[in-house]
Amino acid sequence: MKQIGLWIENVYQSYYDALISNNRYLAYLDGLKVTLLISFFAIILGTVIGVVVAIIKVTAINYKIKWLSSICNVYINVIRGTPLMVQLLIIYNVIFTSRNTNEIFVGAVCFGINSGAYVSEIIRAGIESIDRGQMEAGRSLGLNYMQTMRLIIVPQAIKNILPALGNEFITLIKETSVAGVIAANDLLQQAQYVGSRTWVVLPPLMIAAVCYLIMVMGLTKLLAVFERRLARGDRH
Amino acid sequence: MIVTKNLKKSFGDHMVLNGINETIEKGEKVVVIGPSGSGKSTFLRCLNLLEMPTDGEIWFEGSNITDKKADINLIRRKMGMVFQQFNLFPHLSVKENITLAPVKLGVLTKEEADVRAMELLKRIGLTEKADAYPNQLSGGQKQRIAIIRALAMNPDVMLFDEPTSALDPEMVGEVLDLMAQLADEGMTMVVVTHEMRFAKKVATRILFIDEGEIVEQNTPDKFFDQPEHPRLKEFLSKIL
Repeated sequence: MKQIGLWIENVYQSYYDALISNNRYLAYLDGLKVTLLISFFAIILGTVIGVVVAIIKVTAINYKIKWLSSICNVYINVIRGTPLMVQLLIIYNVIFTSRNTNEIFVGAVCFGINSGAYVSEIIRAGIESIDRGQMEAGRSLGLNYMQTMRLIIVPQAIKNILPALGNEFITLIKETSVAGVIAANDLLQQAQYVGSRTWVVLPPLMIAAVCYLIMVMGLTKLLAVFERRLARGDRH
Repeated sequence: MIVTKNLKKSFGDHMVLNGINETIEKGEKVVVIGPSGSGKSTFLRCLNLLEMPTDGEIWFEGSNITDKKADINLIRRKMGMVFQQFNLFPHLSVKENITLAPVKLGVLTKEEADVRAMELLKRIGLTEKADAYPNQLSGGQKQRIAIIRALAMNPDVMLFDEPTSALDPEMVGEVLDLMAQLADEGMTMVVVTHEMRFAKKVATRILFIDEGEIVEQNTPDKFFDQPEHPRLKEFLSKIL
């Protein structure tokens, strides 16, 4: 009984040291800020790249831009075929060679480029899942290809795209935890830094894990709201 | 109104249409029949260029629509099409399905299109479904709405691609009745169908397509009573 009491006191003390002493929670907040900024801009960049690449790949058959589509395929294959951390290090060392680079910016660019490949495939698959007859019906009424895409295909495809896109964003947030290799002081780096100060490694890691969990759960909630709103047409 | 000259279509090595020369006059109701895989649907889909012909020309209202300079989107406004699988837009209400193209193409204003949609819905007795979504409707209702959706563009000709083939038997009648009404009003129609009674009753001319060619064509009476070509005789003996 006494031993259990002692253990609880120990645990409490270690978490107190990891979080409260010397205002250490500020370190996590700084890390959280970096993680959120990298994730946020990477999601935006990834979505922009993904949409552009998907549009090129889907429309390439109708216009004479096959070569552009081939470039997109190379991009997708390279990004999906190599580990994220390798990409991160290559981009960091090759492209951003200057010592005065902003790690958040570099991180956002790297993760955005990486995510774009996955996002483009998600969007392409979503668009191609719509029955061919929908395009034919739109065209037969006199709408042109782009009008049919915008008014008929894309609004339906979004329902298929959104859940997979949510997964991709969740993966992206978690993957930013390797941003430490390009010297970004993200959440995980800060947690390890605290661990190195207190000589107890586990509590800061647990705190970081909880932070990631909360972020992901928040995003999941947000996406569920979107999905419900989009599903309204189906419930009838 | 529609003239095809030596119309050919092949998918890879597979020749589907083998040189079709045909003239469809204004006000005609042409029914196209033939065994499955004979190319009759491909023929119909070539007429509004949903399938690009491999060779030959198609003329519509005096202009060559297979010409590279022709604006196919403008031409398609004048050719309504009805599909076997209805192809209503599931994310839009019935009324939006009907008004989308006329409004977005600037043919009608939003208000005009709404009025037109309600008129058309009234005609088929489905005004109460204006705000319903396609998946709340029966097959027959869907197909009748697909027909008036095409009519909302005020087409000069209506193309029907097996419009009753995906319907439950008890719903075939309501769709054929609407098509017969259109025919009575003088609409030019090209109909690919397996409904022989409809062909007999409504058609001004029946084409029999087999292996990518028009093998025989005639008025309904003669077509069914005095078939000449052995392949048509064989086909009719199987289905009648």
